[in-house]
Amino acid sequence: MKHSLTLQIGPATFRIGSAWRAPIDQLADLYAGYPDRRGAIADFTVRLQPTNMLRRWVRPSIFITGDHGLADAAPMSLPHGLLAAEMGMNLQMALGWRRHLLLHASSVERDGRVLVMTGESGSGKSTLAALLGERGWRLMGDEFALLDLDKGAILPFPRLVSLKNQAIGVVQHVVGAQRMGPLLRATAKGDIRHLVPRPDVVARMAQGAMPALLLFPRFGHAAAIRPVGQGEAFMRLTQASTNYVALGEAGFVALTRFVTGVPACAIDFPSGEAAFEMIDRLWDEGV
Amino acid sequence: MSAALLVRVLRNPAAAEHLDAAQWNALIAAAKAERLIATLAWRVEGVRLPDHVQPILRDARMDAEREARQALWEADRAAAALAPIGVRLVVLKGTAYAAAGLLAGQGRFIGDLDILVPRSAMPQVERALMAAGWEWVKEDAYDDAYYRKWMHELPPMIHVERDQMIDVHHTILPLTARPKPDADALLADAVPAGENVWTLSPEDRVIHAAAHMLADGDLQGGLRNLWDIHCLLEHVDPVALDRRAARHGLRRHVAQAQRLAGALYGGGGALTLWDRIVRARLLARDGWGRETRKLLVFAFYLRSHWLRMPPLMLARHLWTKWRKGHRPR
Repeated sequence: MKHSLTLQIGPATFRIGSAWRAPIDQLADLYAGYPDRRGAIADFTVRLQPTNMLRRWVRPSIFITGDHGLADAAPMSLPHGLLAAEMGMNLQMALGWRRHLLLHASSVERDGRVLVMTGESGSGKSTLAALLGERGWRLMGDEFALLDLDKGAILPFPRLVSLKNQAIGVVQHVVGAQRMGPLLRATAKGDIRHLVPRPDVVARMAQGAMPALLLFPRFGHAAAIRPVGQGEAFMRLTQASTNYVALGEAGFVALTRFVTGVPACAIDFPSGEAAFEMIDRLWDEGV
Repeated sequence: MSAALLVRVLRNPAAAEHLDAAQWNALIAAAKAERLIATLAWRVEGVRLPDHVQPILRDARMDAEREARQALWEADRAAAALAPIGVRLVVLKGTAYAAAGLLAGQGRFIGDLDILVPRSAMPQVERALMAAGWEWVKEDAYDDAYYRKWMHELPPMIHVERDQMIDVHHTILPLTARPKPDADALLADAVPAGENVWTLSPEDRVIHAAAHMLADGDLQGGLRNLWDIHCLLEHVDPVALDRRAARHGLRRHVAQAQRLAGALYGGGGALTLWDRIVRARLLARDGWGRETRKLLVFAFYLRSHWLRMPPLMLARHLWTKWRKGHRPR
């Protein structure tokens, strides 16, 4: 394709091609601190291509596809090209990654142990991970936690952190504007702005660690903690995994090991401060 | 042209040793787009490969193995559903290759379960499958009527629990197509492949694959279909194949499939002008996995409709579909 870039995030390498320059330039800028993988053999190909020939030039419209694609994926406008590229990479991981059990979860590490947070979009898992990453934890990822199939470690997948709506201001207030990408207004999920992870996050993106606590956070409710049983955690994580079925027995074994070895709680929180207080308490009790 | 690179490596796996990173990216993208990545993985086994390629191919093989396992389980379930009405389960295409343990099944992605039953048994088969948990994918009166009147299969059904599709055929080409294969002969000469599962005879497997590729459809996935044919041809005697193809009215298609398989995957061979046009369509894929030669691809799309229907019927069909909001891709 006319413009392209190869990125490595955690264990996965992506070759991203685009009919337009802008999305590739934005990616190159925001991923400047990641390893240079120019010319590498990629695990996945991502394509940002015009929805039809006319839409390359006139009111440009991006169709996100690649090795794996969805025929009915909603087209995106060129100003949202960076988001399209991120979604393209997520799509490849979600549909094509087989080397770990993929959990739709954020993860952070401290003292060699990992806190995994899973929940629907809007649960606050990305925001919490981003903020914890500025409070002495190592950010491992805000979208996918990779569960090792043999040993049970969590491996990082630290792409840009995708922040939505009110979370943008909250995080920017903490980290400053230099580490933030362009503000993408009025996407399908509202306003979105990406956060560039700290340099040590990228430097250590090959280092996994054993999970110590699983949380199901829910933002916007009065503070509450409820222990979650192994059965419930298992069922909810099968729903939160895009490749659980594809991995077959290996996925079942890995997930069983995870839920039987890691304590789990659901936490409701009205604010970041309330969440940090609960997390600190649960972490000290559990670890 | 990366489809050409894919064909070259499938024909001669040793060529993979000398590829650079850019060629590997192109080869992998084309192989994934043509759903031949796991076949490629099997082919290059034993060849010295770059470190980063190995896990990609291992993943593909694992996916194909899972699909084969799932496909055989679906066949087992369908056989159980049809046992009470005394209809034996004849499976077609990917499931058949997996059930019979054929080279064509090695690394082949398998989508839906395709089965062949006598036309006279269709109503019982339909009822038996519905009783066992299969249901219609989508209700549309026009499509339903169209399938039942003109097609060689029932509208697709899906299993309510396992989410797997089944296509119930009573012959191998639409009733509107010009060749009229002998469906009774297909069933009469089916051969057992494991417990409760039957497949077409070796000759009929080739003929079905050739009919599917060249007498029906727009050559989407044609490289994989041709790879199937290339592998299936190893199990048949050319004279017996020709005689059988004549019986089904598909001699011309089978002969063309043999020429193309030889030219692309085998030891080469002479091609007619029409063969070359088909080959150009088959190789319309670039190193990013994109379809190229848009006009040629579209021409084959139009041809697929032409093959299926006489002109007046085609006009009526397209008009109805257009009003329903359907547009060619």
